[in-house]
Amino acid sequence: MFEFLKNLDRRWVFLLMMLSVAIPIIVIDWLGLSLPEKPSELARNVFDEIDQLNEGDKVLLSFDFDPASEGELGPMATSFVHHCAEKKLKMYFMALWPVGPQMIDDSIDRVIDQYYDDLVYGEDFVNLGFKSGGEGVIKVIVTNLRELYTTDDKGTAIDDIPMMEGVRNIRQMDLIVNVSAGSAGTKEWVQYAATPFPDDIRIVGGCTGVQAPLLYPYIPEQLPGLLGAIKGAAEYEKLVNDAYEPDPDNPRPVFTEGLRRMGPQLVAHLLIILLIVVANIIYFVERAKGGER
Amino acid sequence: MKRTIPLLITAIGGFVLVFAYFSPYTEDWGEKTMIWFDVIAAIAFVLGGGNLLKIHLKKTSDQAEGWGYSVITLLAFGITLLVGLLKIGVNPSPQFPHFAWSGEYRENGSPFWWLYEFAFKPLTATMFSMLAFYIASAAFRAFRAKNLEAILLLGTAFIILLGRTFAGVWLTDWMPEALSGLKIDNLTVYIMKVFVTTGNRAIMIGIALGIASMSLKVLLGVDRSYLGSGQE
Repeated sequence: MFEFLKNLDRRWVFLLMMLSVAIPIIVIDWLGLSLPEKPSELARNVFDEIDQLNEGDKVLLSFDFDPASEGELGPMATSFVHHCAEKKLKMYFMALWPVGPQMIDDSIDRVIDQYYDDLVYGEDFVNLGFKSGGEGVIKVIVTNLRELYTTDDKGTAIDDIPMMEGVRNIRQMDLIVNVSAGSAGTKEWVQYAATPFPDDIRIVGGCTGVQAPLLYPYIPEQLPGLLGAIKGAAEYEKLVNDAYEPDPDNPRPVFTEGLRRMGPQLVAHLLIILLIVVANIIYFVERAKGGER
Repeated sequence: MKRTIPLLITAIGGFVLVFAYFSPYTEDWGEKTMIWFDVIAAIAFVLGGGNLLKIHLKKTSDQAEGWGYSVITLLAFGITLLVGLLKIGVNPSPQFPHFAWSGEYRENGSPFWWLYEFAFKPLTATMFSMLAFYIASAAFRAFRAKNLEAILLLGTAFIILLGRTFAGVWLTDWMPEALSGLKIDNLTVYIMKVFVTTGNRAIMIGIALGIASMSLKVLLGVDRSYLGSGQE
């Protein structure tokens, strides 16, 4: 056994990882259960920033991610839209990533089209689509949105969209919500929007796990709240579901994706810890035998 | 001329943006410069596509190692571009029913939508998911408590790995309130807020100083490496 573990083929590790993710997905789906979640201060801050807005307030939602990180960021994007729809906020969607519009479509399909069909396109929400330039786009729209956005994503002239009336720049937004998988993303929104205009622009964000440590230095002055990866999404989901779901103990499945994905994450993390422990036992036994030093 | 004009564009664009940031009177100039930047960024997509074609066509014609992958890349690029650009299979928009190309390029059920849903989406998600397998394998092979630094790193990794799941809460929930700071979920927050933030701030300040000095060199034309060697 010791020799087997010492020379363990990495394909066994791959198989274990596959099972540790697949089995919880199947079991959670089968039982319809999810693990309990305790919201952190940062998730609460994100929730409070949106929750304190009033009906009709303007929120810019920039979905700067792609399908590669949908597993981590999709559930929080869904929850942001869920929360904004419940609060009856005016939602302005945009994207700094080329496939961002598809991510916006997914969220609109999952939330607005399914559960909030009373919301009207152009009056309650609008999709401004993708513009190239990353931080260049942010720098322009903080002073003049209409220079870059002459139409929405469908090609309708901005002047023909009722909710765009009087909107000159994004400093008029009551909050910016950014879901980010890299550059351009939350960091650029903080650097080029929130920092130069601290009195006008407030931002909350959600990001991938690898990005989160890079964004912590901006908390709390430049970035009041941040959802880090699927854990952050699950915490925020719980807060939104507790506050707005008709039956908080049994929320609608589309609004529990983050909570459900915490199951595979738990088992995968435990597997990694187990692998490290086993590898270190082997290392110390070998060292005691006079092997590697 | 080939080098002087780009140098001038960079210097003028850069200095205009610097002035626009500090002086409200020049805000409009900064806005115009950024719009040009965004236009150039859009053109960069064409440049990127051209470069991709050039590299992979050469690799294919030379039959260099792995040229089969280049053929697949070229085919995928060509088909996606054609289907998206020509809006193949897209119905005209209800607003403009007489214009064949007025529909949305990613309309549900269109060939472009099909390529995105059934090729691009699963492929990119798969690529990202593979990280989990490599992380597990690397953790098994490389993470050894060889010295004090490695032990500290291991301890931190265990706390964060547990703290980012329900296991962290479950394992230390029994602790009394007086020791709540030692609960794994609270320790995770403390590590992220104090140690990670401190380290990152130091790195970020260093990088920012480097960027400032590098930018000044580029704007003044001292550093011209971004223009390439000019030998091609």
